[in-house]
Formats: sequence, structure tokens, C-alpha cells
Amino acid sequence: METDLNSQDRKDLDKFIKFFALKTVQVIVQARLGEKICTRSSSSPTGSDWFNLAIKDIPEVTHEAKKALAGQLPAVGRSMCVEISLKTSEGDSMELEIWCLEMNEKCDKEIKVSYAVYNRLSLLLKSLLAITRVTPAYRLSRKQGHEYVILYRIYFGDVQLNGLGEGFQTVRVGTVGTPVGTITLSCAYRINLAFMSTRHFERTPPIMGIIIDHFVDRPYPSSSPMHPCNYRTTGEDTGVTCPSVEDSQEVCATSFSTSPPSQCVLTATKALSQTPAPVVTDTLRVPTAGLAFSHQLSSSRLPYQPAALGAGSADLAHPVVFAAGLNATHPHQLMVPGKEGGVPLGPSQPAHGAQADQERLATYTPSDGAHCAATPSSSEDAETVSNGSEGRASPHDVLETIFVRKVGAFVNKPINQVTLTSLDIPFAMFAPKTLELEDADPMVNPPDSPETTSPLQGSLHSDGSSGGSSGHTQDDFVMIDFKPAFSKDDILPMDLGTFYREFQNPPQLSSLSLDIGAQSMAEDLDSLPEKLAAHEKNVREFDAFVETLQ
Amino acid sequence: MPAHPTLERTPSRVAPGWGEAPPSLLWSLTSAWATDCKMNCRSEVLEVSVEGRQVEEAMLAVLHTVLLHRSTGKFHYKKEGTYSIGTVGTQDVDCDFIDFTYVRVSSEELDRALRKVVGEFRDALRNSGGDGLGQMSLEFYQKKKSRWPFSDECIPWEVWTVKVHVVALATEQERQICREKVGEKLCEKIINIVEVMNRHEYLPKMPTQSEVDNVFDTGLRDVQPYLYKISFQITDALGSSVTTTMRRLIKDTLAL
Repeated sequence: METDLNSQDRKDLDKFIKFFALKTVQVIVQARLGEKICTRSSSSPTGSDWFNLAIKDIPEVTHEAKKALAGQLPAVGRSMCVEISLKTSEGDSMELEIWCLEMNEKCDKEIKVSYAVYNRLSLLLKSLLAITRVTPAYRLSRKQGHEYVILYRIYFGDVQLNGLGEGFQTVRVGTVGTPVGTITLSCAYRINLAFMSTRHFERTPPIMGIIIDHFVDRPYPSSSPMHPCNYRTTGEDTGVTCPSVEDSQEVCATSFSTSPPSQCVLTATKALSQTPAPVVTDTLRVPTAGLAFSHQLSSSRLPYQPAALGAGSADLAHPVVFAAGLNATHPHQLMVPGKEGGVPLGPSQPAHGAQADQERLATYTPSDGAHCAATPSSSEDAETVSNGSEGRASPHDVLETIFVRKVGAFVNKPINQVTLTSLDIPFAMFAPKTLELEDADPMVNPPDSPETTSPLQGSLHSDGSSGGSSGHTQDDFVMIDFKPAFSKDDILPMDLGTFYREFQNPPQLSSLSLDIGAQSMAEDLDSLPEKLAAHEKNVREFDAFVETLQ
Repeated sequence: MPAHPTLERTPSRVAPGWGEAPPSLLWSLTSAWATDCKMNCRSEVLEVSVEGRQVEEAMLAVLHTVLLHRSTGKFHYKKEGTYSIGTVGTQDVDCDFIDFTYVRVSSEELDRALRKVVGEFRDALRNSGGDGLGQMSLEFYQKKKSRWPFSDECIPWEVWTVKVHVVALATEQERQICREKVGEKLCEKIINIVEVMNRHEYLPKMPTQSEVDNVFDTGLRDVQPYLYKISFQITDALGSSVTTTMRRLIKDTLAL
């Protein structure tokens, strides 16, 4: 009965509950942005900080929350729920948590609205701040960006806990009794993610450990769209916060690096969160980054600018984030569409021209010959290259989404290419990737150079390139013949250029040249017992080795 | 050294070998150790097992979380007994040696004060050479004015005790596991703390302007926690240092 509550108190209470709901949503979403939150204390009251707590209001979040509430307040049977889920770059998603703000009928008539309820709501918000850092999803959200993003969804009504899998746990943040009911804030979170903890996301590919029940089809059609937990302050695109699902246009803004083979380079792409279009997966042939490329020259990153895709080159200056940690140990592991430097086919000239610039050759960075246009965000060298190439970039009508690595001047060693096969398992990106046959590797058998329109490039094409990559017979590739300054190549068979090319790259790791392109994962698994048996034979050696480490 | 008013009054280290305890400490200790009713003082005990280098961060995480709940904005009294409250900001703190992040009040003074006493605790633990057992107590109290010559009485209404057990680990792998385990344990502790906080049990009532210093620590610039004091002791497995201190206290009282 609300007769005890006078109208002013009732109004106040409704206002408190409404703003409490809005602030709750803000706290939860901000805690899943992936960044540390910091707000300042202010000794003089501003009058605009609800509950005497400095909680920023992200406008989109407020908008979503108000939309979900639609003018109502949480009441008995009508709970406000914030659902936090994870979505991988391949489109698989999984609910992680559901935060519920509920109201039940148990009233506390004695409590004073304007004072005690307000203070208790404030305390509850503080508790929420503390608890949001403590659930497993927090650590996941701090590491989002490259392979997965965290999304939120607000809905009003009945709590739907089915998506959390079995054995989910709940934690109650707190309760506040009011004259119209008791407000309860709680969180139900998935726990079997603990087996695929952040550790696993980073280090071990779950070859066998993919828990299929994670990927339950959503039992309810989302009544509201999912939103990414990201918030970019104006003009800032750190690339660390997860890219928005909705607003990425380019298929891949790849980046490229000349890091050595042991370090497989991944680049964060804005398109990461997009479901990989068939176009990308079928035709994208992305070589493992820098696997055979040394970084003796300055190893700047050349973010790839697919200017030829038609997207304005100006848009594509996305800073690139490398998930170096992801792949330090598993170079095969994470090749995501568009992560590697590649250049669209057909229009090869633009970057070509850039590389063709001979003065820059001595300091030319991507020795692997990625003829990428560079964005200004990379190093100086790249910048000059970029400027050069941008100037020559000619918009082409024919856009092919085949990105292949161009044969570079310095490449002589076979580079293994990774084909992004679409595995039919969830979290496929964590499974070891297959490598293509060497024969199909354009690096090994570089394709013919296409018709060239760039004047500079034409001038560089020498007949009979000395040493260098031979067999330019395929269309897709352009061979740049490197002529080191001041060197002659007609006297000795081994000149500086050849020497350089020969020993530019460290020898291929034998594991990378394995022809396992034809094997599927099932065959991989089948061959495991034999491998295990072989290892077991050597168990003593391994043990001794481990002993020495301790 | 700009001393925090509360801590200044409180050496409050009841480990053996420390200096004399001031009378106010004596009062508060006896009241805290009263066998039956601790004057409505509720007491919570948390236990953690950490590696040596994690002691500081673990203690700070717990203490800051408690103080987050027990701090308000600065009061500004207006006429007619009304007051307005300032705003409390918060910030996330990542731990370096534990896979854990905690939220603390955005107040550098408060953080410094806590770090100071936690640092002393860590050093005492290290130098004790004992089993690596110790505990810190965060006590919230109210002051009650007494007549001269007795000094003000400090009546605790909530005491949080964190018992620490320091373990030594041999290999890097163990340390890595410890990082994660301690992180998970601390998550549980935070949930426990929040549970207690949300019982909405006794809190001192909001004071008038003249009484505010008896309830709150108004010495900080940007936030206003309840009056608190932090103490620690290094204990043996049987807590034998406690008896030593009792003896010393009684001696001190008699010496008065």
C-alpha cells in the first residue's frame, strides 16, 4: 500500500529509482568497456552527480537504457536486465552475464525516502562498482579487441537466464528496501568460461577444448539489438577498445609488419567484428605475416590501406594494434581475415610505384615486398612510402578482394601462405590453421607481373633479373628487381644484391613448411596418438629437461 | 610530514617491541577486546594467503574496498541544519602481482595514508622472520567526548580484520598459479565485503555540524570517510604476541 507515502516522497522515490536504474546501466557497461575507469572526487557538490558518485554518463548507453525502460520503472515482474555477451570475430557469440535490477513486494515502510533510501542506493552503486570488477567477464572485457568484443543489451521484463549455460553462478550485489518494495541488484554469470579463461584465449589454442554448449542458439530473438561495449571519445580511435560492430565498413584494414618468423603478427582490424563475409574467407589468401621476413631494416608497420577498394584512403588511417602476445608461441594460430598485409590484385601499381622509388630502397622497410600503402600512423619511412603510393594510387574499377602478398625485392625464400579455411567449429580462429601447399604459394612461384602502367615500375623491370626471384610467370605478381646502389651484378654470380636476397631471411622453420594443407582437423586429431606415442618414448628426456628448468 | 589526523593519533601498532600506547588507544583496545558485547561493534574477519610480494596489493585491495563503502563526499553544512554532500570519484587500480583489479575512492591523500601503513605492515612482516603470519585491523569508531582529564573515548562500531599468511614459492610456475589463485580469492573477499555492507546494519547517524568530527574524518580534502584507524600485528601461529601486548598495556595503564 502506498498510502503512507506522501506524493512528494513518492515522486522522489520514483525519480531515485529511475536514475538508479540509469546509473546502474552506466556502471555495468563502463566496466565492460575494456578500459580502466577513473573519475574525480569533488568536494563541492555540483548538484548533478546522482547519489554523490561521479559516474560518467555515456549518451548512447543512457539512450539505450531509456529506450528499454520506455518510461516505466522496475517493478514486480518487470525487471531491468543488462546482458553482457561476447562475440568473436567469426560471429560466434556467447552470453557471459546478466545483471538484474528487480523489485519485489517486500516493503519497508519505516524507511525515509529522501535520506536513507538515497544513501543506501548510493552504497549499492558503490557495491556495484566493486562487484563489476570481480566477475570473470571483467578480465575478458579488459582483453577484448582483437579476437572478440563485448556487447551489451538492455531489456525490460522477465529475466532470461538460459543463455548462460549450465551451472551459472549468481552474486547478489545488494538490496535496498523502500516503501514500495525492495530493490535487488544481482548478477548471474557463466562459469564454465573459466575453463577457457583469458589464459586460454591468449596462449593455448583449444584444439580439443572447444566446449560446444557455449554456442547455444539464442532461445529468444533479441528484442533489442546488441551493442558493443565501446566508447570512443571524440576523435579518438585507440584501436584498443573494441571496434563497433555496426560501423566498420572496410573489409580489412590490414597491417603489416616485418617481424621475424617467430612472431606472427596480427593486426587489429576495424572489420574484425564483422562477420566474415564469404568474400573474405574464400578469396582471402593471407600469408603469415613476416614469417620469413627479417626485420633488419627498420621494422615499421605498414598498415594496409586498401585504397583500391574504393574506400577513401583518408578513412583508413586506423592505428593498428598488434596482438603480439597472442601469437608469440603459436605462429600458426590466429590468422583472421584481413589481418595480414596484402594488396588487392589487379591494381598493383600504386604501392608498386611506391616501392619502385629507388632512393628509398636502401631504407625500404617491408622487405617482404608488401606493396602496401602506408598510413601516416606508421613510421617515417612508411610515411614516405605512403605518400608516394598515394600519389600513384589510381582508383580502379575492378576491385578484387584477393589479397596476395606481392613478391618483394628481397624475397627469395618460400613463404608459406595461410589460407583461411572456414572451419566448422566455433572459435575456429583458435584452431591451428592449415598452411597451403608450397606450390600454390605465389611467393615461391611468383605470378607474372601484370601490365604495368606506372612509369617508374616499368623502368625498373630489368631483363634477366640477377639472382632474385625468378619465374615471374603469373599474372598477379609484379617483380621488382632490386638493384642495390653502387653494385654491379654482371661480374660475380654472387653480388651484393643476390647475397642480400639470399640471406635476407632466416631459413624457414621446418614446421612451417610442412605440407599439411590437405589435412583437416580431424586428421590432425587422428595423428595425435602416434605423436603421443612417440613423445612418450622420450619421456625421460623431457623430464630431465624440465628438471633443469626448475 | 602532513599527518593524517586519524593516523597521527594512532601509532596503534600492537606488535611487541613498539612504543607505548597512548591512552586513547588503550581505551579503544579495551573496548574492542571486551569479551561480550563490543558495544554494538560488529567484527568481520577475512583471511588471505599470499606470496610476499602480493601482501601490499592484497591489503590495499581489501582496505580500499571497505573504505569505498565507508566514505562519503564532503559535507557542506548550510543553515537550518541541512547539508549537502560532495561527490566521490572512483578509479580502477590494476594489481601488478595479482590478476586482480579493485576500485578505490579517488583520493590521493587517502591512498597515501593507506599505502603508508600497509607498507609498514609489509616491512614488519618481512622483518619478523616468523611464520609470516600477521593481521591488519581497520576499525571504524565514533568519538565520544569525555570530561577532563579523560580524553575522548573512541567507540568502535565496525572492525575489519584481515589475516595474512605469507607463503614462499619456489618456481615461476607456482608463482603464476598463485597470481591467478590469489586473484580469485580476492574476488571472493570483495563479494564477502559487499555482502556485509549491504546488510545495512548499524551506521552512526548523520551528525550535526558540531558533531561531524566525532563521526567522520573531515581532514581529507576531497572525501570524507568515517573515522577509522588501522593497526596491525605480527602474530605467531598461536597469536602469542597478543598476550605480550596485553601485558604491556596493563603495565602502561598502571604506569599512568
